Amino acid sequence: MGMNITHDTIAERVREQPTQLFVGLITTLFLADLLLKLQGTTVLLFDTHVLGGSIGLSELFTYILDGLIVGIAVGLAGIGLSMTYSILNFANFAHGEYLTSGAFVGWATAAVVAGGSGVADRLLLQSNPGLELLSTPIALTVGLCMAAISAVGLALLLDRLVYKPMREAEGISLLIASIGVALLVRYTIAFIWQTGRYGVTGSPTKVTILNLVTLTTHELTLLVLGGVSMVGVAIMLEFTKLGTAMRAMADNESLARVSGIPVEQVTRLTWIVGGGLTGIAGYLFVLESGTIAFNFGWINLLLIFSAVILGGIGSVYGAMVGGVLIGLVDKLAQVWIPSDLTRAAVFVVLIAVLLVRPTGLFGGVKTA
Amino acid sequence: MTASGFRSRLTGLPDAVYVFGLMAGLYVVFTGLTVLLNFELAGVVNTLRAITYFSAVYAMVVLALNLHWGYTGLFNLGVAGFMAVGVYTMAIVSGPTNPGPAEIPGLGMSLWVGVVAGVVVAGLVGVLASLPALRLEADYLAIVTLALSEIIRLVLNSTLIQEVSVFGVTFGTGGATGLTVQNNPQTPVTAFFQSWPGSAITDMAMAIGINRPTVVEGIGYAIVLGAVVGLLFVFVRRIATSPFGRVLKAIREDQVVAAALGKDTRWFKIIIFGVGCGLMGLAGILWYGSDGYINPLSFRPNITFYVFVALIIGGAGSNTGSIIGGSIFASVLFYLPQFLEQNSTPVLDGIQSVLGGSTATPQTVIDAGGALVGLDLTAFLAYCFANISSLRFIGVGLILIYLMQRRPDGLFGHRIETAASVPLTTGDTDE
Repeated sequence: MGMNITHDTIAERVREQPTQLFVGLITTLFLADLLLKLQGTTVLLFDTHVLGGSIGLSELFTYILDGLIVGIAVGLAGIGLSMTYSILNFANFAHGEYLTSGAFVGWATAAVVAGGSGVADRLLLQSNPGLELLSTPIALTVGLCMAAISAVGLALLLDRLVYKPMREAEGISLLIASIGVALLVRYTIAFIWQTGRYGVTGSPTKVTILNLVTLTTHELTLLVLGGVSMVGVAIMLEFTKLGTAMRAMADNESLARVSGIPVEQVTRLTWIVGGGLTGIAGYLFVLESGTIAFNFGWINLLLIFSAVILGGIGSVYGAMVGGVLIGLVDKLAQVWIPSDLTRAAVFVVLIAVLLVRPTGLFGGVKTA
Repeated sequence: MTASGFRSRLTGLPDAVYVFGLMAGLYVVFTGLTVLLNFELAGVVNTLRAITYFSAVYAMVVLALNLHWGYTGLFNLGVAGFMAVGVYTMAIVSGPTNPGPAEIPGLGMSLWVGVVAGVVVAGLVGVLASLPALRLEADYLAIVTLALSEIIRLVLNSTLIQEVSVFGVTFGTGGATGLTVQNNPQTPVTAFFQSWPGSAITDMAMAIGINRPTVVEGIGYAIVLGAVVGLLFVFVRRIATSPFGRVLKAIREDQVVAAALGKDTRWFKIIIFGVGCGLMGLAGILWYGSDGYINPLSFRPNITFYVFVALIIGGAGSNTGSIIGGSIFASVLFYLPQFLEQNSTPVLDGIQSVLGGSTATPQTVIDAGGALVGLDLTAFLAYCFANISSLRFIGVGLILIYLMQRRPDGLFGHRIETAASVPLTTGDTDE
């Protein structure tokens, strides 16, 4: 804040935006505490531990790196959700299941392509196929493609069967129907693959970049593909006719319709792009974590919602930035609270964002 | 007779007929099932007790949720969390101060103090949760309440307040291992049946062949729950037909109009959110508390979705529909699959005697598919029985989709009450 700001305007600002000020204060407090902890200083007030403590720089660095990786995965998963939320105008509670189903089909395919005995066992992921980027690149690539294709297929099928007959319905009816879809898809996966958690990857090779950061090849793949997908979608929305049509629909569907935009076709293409990206995201989620279970998409759904809402519904960059911020909160919260409560911290941030700035950081339904 | 003619004849009946008729029908069906399975009398009675119990607890939560979603249009996806707050508060407040070894002590108050505290705290958390409800759209509210419910579950699950001491008083949530509820709503009922005059009833039941005292105690508890549902129904109806309730309905129809007519919609939303959540807390206490053991795993969002499906089946906005929906959901969709799973061996043997084939459960879905292709229906059904909990969720999902597409009003939603105090149409005399 510059020196030329008078007390008068500061007071005005406080009166106008008390919540923003409050959030700012809290953030500052946490940052100050983090700095003090890094320095190893403890601030005592009346013999009570108020601020500070100690934390190693390397520990903090690990948290930040983990947060970034989780965040990119969440952000990538969030793009599809953000698109359907803004363009089709409902909160899709089945979004997590597009992640899971894409991942299961992708990884089952990859396990079969990698070869070996017992196709049935491999399809059902009964034993760890030990897939790894450098030793089985073809299997992993085929799996990735199948993840995208199957998620697109599922998205189109569900749109045709469930959402199309309800086009005129309100967002909340679609939301309730999507809860039904979520249960249907999640437990169909459980019916086929059972409810266990299966390991699917081998131990990936570690690479060190510029003597600074050590990442596994799988994490690197996630970062690169996540970045490429984000830029790709952003370019599509910004510069193609389809992207313009999508943004027009997000802004005002009736206006888009009378302007001659084929709304039904754009809806289908939205599901194709969003579904494909989500399938890829699910596949990469598993690539990074190494294990797969029938409910991983659902478990991460609120995290993804948090990212999308924090970034601003409809904004691709917002989903990405929101994802990274949410990932960082999820990991950095360990500095202050037990690790089994970091998820709760993320949800607190989600609620705070909805209260303070429901349009998100990148503001409103604008798409890109 | 046309379907609509049949319906109009049905709608002429008093509501109690539907509820008791449905329960009687369920009793007949389940008695038939248990007789087919050669249950002894205690087993038959226990099955009827179970459907009464589940119908009653679901009816309670659904009635509470109906206040939010049916009457006020508030989309609350935090049901599981509010139930957890109620039952955990009750367990902590009325837990004994010196329990057995490896148990976590409570505050040592009486059960009734615990129940009241549970309801009040759940209501207060609801009031807190309603603050965002004042400014958020429906879908955002859904996300916020779901997140809140998960926060509650994660905090209960965490080691943070597993066992804490404040001013020398030790209590806690038990974390992921859960909490034993020694002093729970079932306790006084059990005590009643163990001493005179209740013991006379137990003896009588034993004499006619209900040879397990726990079954008699369970029936007693189910009857108590049925009475609570009745009281709740009256209470909710009183709210709904009062001027206060009319404003709630006006908020549901059009919030702006309600505000323009001089109603401070914020207060109405806060109060009804608190009341509904308090009732959810009560339902949580009577439902999960009576098991004698609570665990954060019971309060995952799936239970919220169950309650929503029950409400939508019955028809949002109708209290009779809430009870009917709760009973149908609890008996047919919730309890029946569980019942079949528990009795899968005799059921499969029965199927085998009709269809032939093998009762050996296929290990994978591929083997099961193979059995189906090979026309061994019994083996395929054996796989289905082994995965019946997944199939139950699939069924619930399908029903939810069907209802939202074809019958968003559910069974009784057409009777949704308008915000007017006088009938708006002359033809409709339902409510």
